[in-house]
Amino acid sequence: MADTVLDIRNLRVTFTGGAKHVRAVDGVDLAVAPGEVVALLGESGSGKSVTLRSVLRLHPEAKTRIAGSIVAAGVDVMALTGAALADFRGKTVSMIFQEPMLALDPVYSLGQQITESIRKHEPAVSAEAARRRAFELFEQVRIPSPERRLDAYPHEMSGGMRQRAMIALALACNPKVLLADEPTTALDATVQVQILLLLRELQRNLNLSMIFVTHDIGVGVEVADRIAVMYAGRIVEIGAVRDVIRTPRHPYTIGLLSTRAQGGRLSGNRLTTISGSPPDLANLPPGCAFAPRCASASAACREAAPAPVDLGAGHVVRCIHTAITA
Amino acid sequence: MPERVNEIIRSPGFWVTVWRRFLRDPVALAAALVVLGLILMAVFAPWIAPQDPFQGMSLRRLKPPGTEGYPLGTDELGRDMLSRLIHGARISLFMGIVPVLCALFIGAAIGIVAGYSGGWTNTLLMRTVDVFFAFPSVLLAVALAGALGPGMTNGLIALTLVFIPPIARVAESVTTGVRSRDFVEAAKASGAGALLIIRKHVLGNVLGPIFVYAMSLVAVSMILAAGLSFLGLGVKPPQPDWGLMLNTLRTAMYTQPLLCALPGVMIFITSISFNLMTDGLRSAMDIKA
Amino acid sequence: MRESDNVPLLEVRGLVKHFPVKRNLLGRATSVVSAVDGVDFDLRQGETLGVVGESGCGKSTTARLLMHLIEPSAGTIRFGGKTVGSAALPLKEFRRQVQLVFQDSYASLNPRLTVEESIAFGPMVHGTARTQAQARTHALLERVGLDPRRFAGRFTHELSGGQRQRVNIARALALQPRILVLDEAVSALDKSVEAQVLNLLLDLKQEFGLSYVFISHDLEVVRFMAARVLVMYLGRVAELAPTEALYTDSRHPYTTALVGSLLSMNPDRRTEAAPISGDPPNPIDPPPGCRFHTRCPHAEPVCAAGVPGLGMRAQEHWVACHMGDPMSGHSKAPARAA
Repeated sequence: MADTVLDIRNLRVTFTGGAKHVRAVDGVDLAVAPGEVVALLGESGSGKSVTLRSVLRLHPEAKTRIAGSIVAAGVDVMALTGAALADFRGKTVSMIFQEPMLALDPVYSLGQQITESIRKHEPAVSAEAARRRAFELFEQVRIPSPERRLDAYPHEMSGGMRQRAMIALALACNPKVLLADEPTTALDATVQVQILLLLRELQRNLNLSMIFVTHDIGVGVEVADRIAVMYAGRIVEIGAVRDVIRTPRHPYTIGLLSTRAQGGRLSGNRLTTISGSPPDLANLPPGCAFAPRCASASAACREAAPAPVDLGAGHVVRCIHTAITA
Repeated sequence: MPERVNEIIRSPGFWVTVWRRFLRDPVALAAALVVLGLILMAVFAPWIAPQDPFQGMSLRRLKPPGTEGYPLGTDELGRDMLSRLIHGARISLFMGIVPVLCALFIGAAIGIVAGYSGGWTNTLLMRTVDVFFAFPSVLLAVALAGALGPGMTNGLIALTLVFIPPIARVAESVTTGVRSRDFVEAAKASGAGALLIIRKHVLGNVLGPIFVYAMSLVAVSMILAAGLSFLGLGVKPPQPDWGLMLNTLRTAMYTQPLLCALPGVMIFITSISFNLMTDGLRSAMDIKA
Repeated sequence: MRESDNVPLLEVRGLVKHFPVKRNLLGRATSVVSAVDGVDFDLRQGETLGVVGESGCGKSTTARLLMHLIEPSAGTIRFGGKTVGSAALPLKEFRRQVQLVFQDSYASLNPRLTVEESIAFGPMVHGTARTQAQARTHALLERVGLDPRRFAGRFTHELSGGQRQRVNIARALALQPRILVLDEAVSALDKSVEAQVLNLLLDLKQEFGLSYVFISHDLEVVRFMAARVLVMYLGRVAELAPTEALYTDSRHPYTTALVGSLLSMNPDRRTEAAPISGDPPNPIDPPPGCRFHTRCPHAEPVCAAGVPGLGMRAQEHWVACHMGDPMSGHSKAPARAA
């Protein structure tokens, strides 16, 4: 893609802290266009969150080996150090988390946290102007009676309101890229929909680029333009939402879609399942990581990791059996 | 299919795993070897010590370390320092370990009962313990030993009483944490009574952390015992005890500073070895998925 | 079956649980959360009753009350026609009939015990000999899809989440209960593993003649599993109906909102508006009258004034809403029968 605001190339992340080295991300390529939303879909241990956190270089340096290149809004993220990295975080690229209670500072009011963030990145802004902007942000994320809520502390708000406040904080310095790490997973169903709609609306109005990490295909369908399915540290299938949902070609994606007990369509009958357990990242097989659970796996699958197969219109699958799965 | 029982692949038990992890920690292992060495030294003191620790001679008082026949010099009564330090390990280690073990037994019982019962039982037991907790431990030990009178047994009782409150506190908080875990609820749901649940599900999960905490008190106990001896409240002369030696050698502080420091060095080595060993044990027990 | 078909296996009537949140110096409660506030339902032999609701609705408290893991403040539970805790049915005897599977598969297994010890514990409490309990453990492990030779001697931290939850299910079955209460039992699992465990639960239900109380926040999974669904909101029953009726013809505005919050799974017909706004209120200070009226699009003064009773509005379809009650005075209520 010629026009990209975020370009991740051959990202490899290995955690070296434990007894065994864990290869959490194993060669991820992902380019995000301006104003585009990509859902990074996967189960626990698939490397989706690790990929996301790498963009802000949030992993502890001493225990992480990271390779590849990440360029965000023209900035070479891998080359950033110290003050430049701190300035990059929150200003060019910012992030919202699953648990706002852990991401927000409990001893400062929400207004203080937002104004502080604005003035850290833009020292020229006066305290008053920053407060005004915080107020506007609260209006933008539809927090009722924003003036009063600016002085509230995180624990005084409900889960949905806290998530809105965190979105306001993330948007405080007009970032170009917003990273979302399962932001609706901890929320109740009726609140989840509200937050998803809010994020979609803000993304559209501000023309934000977004990577949205989720384990729930349903959430991906609601917000994303493209879906990238991750398994054992690799993107195994990527394409436009419609293509991935309606004509999935990787056996794992096909399995995931069929395991959903959606709409009660299978009520009372057994569900189609993917057999076996998720892979052990410290002990990956040499070939396709999904091969041990795959019904169509052949000897070739177990020998070498499959190369990406381009099916057209940006639908790329890492599987050598796309002829079978079509 | 009971015949299958023999073929089961058994994982190593918890303590076996802890032991293996402990062996992989060089610092903790070294500390444990030092502790082992000290204990062996204490046990075999009469055979190791080159001289009689009680036999003094006024002609050779306060010789510096390196004197011929007395590698670590002599004390203010002309007794061989090396032999006294070796024999001193017996009382010092005894006073470090035994009060802690007694307190572990009583404190853990109080804490586990309080933590598991909760409610009024907890309030009653823990408030009583808190009264003792309110005094600084040194002050409490000195006051108790003072009231009971000097002597090793009384010192031992005083130290035991000092260590019951902190151990009970830790036992209570660990037990409270375990009690609210789902597996205890599941055990209740299967109809098990309180005693059985404590024995089968609580003890195994709380004894480790409580024991580790108690081990870290051994060094404190040794230092407190040394302090009591120093004040004349614990061991009485001429018994060789590191704390007592520190006291009696005090007068030679300006003439033979190196000699004076020797019992202190022994206390320091012992307490730091215990602490490092405990730290290693704690991290070895922290087994996660 | 010992009971005749018209006696429900489990009858829950007027279940209430208040938790003290603030105490004065004398330890007396000055403020309480009514976590469960007057819940009635039946569980029939062989059925799966789904329980859904958002955080703070009291569904997990209900699970623990069913097991008598916490004492109810009021209400009765009858099992097979006998009151639980009475002379006819002592608590210990009742507990072997009803077992619980928790959400957190790790916390619900003792980390110091092997899988075998964990499962055999219950039968041994009830007097089964060790060798017999072990034999049953191995048979159960086999049944839940774990090779006893490989798993009986292992510890919890060596298993994956799905394997641990299978162990928990085996543990719950070891006492040969009639009812399993599944409290978000599959919520923490990955989707691919969740489907395996749901299938297992279906099979076990058939094989052992079990009845399930299936508590979940995931409406899709409940729709798949349950024959009837109970919807809870802030400690009270909002609606209780056969599953398909509830999902396609909900009568309570809260249920309608919950069902409307299901994600579309269709990129061409994405959700465009949230069915209701705001968060569930704090259960410490619930709204008066109908507890849902603060978020309800149809709320009228009558909703804040009186608590709506649970009334049967259609075949087997119970709703607690003023709009369905001709006597309530709500403008959208049906006209009174002549």
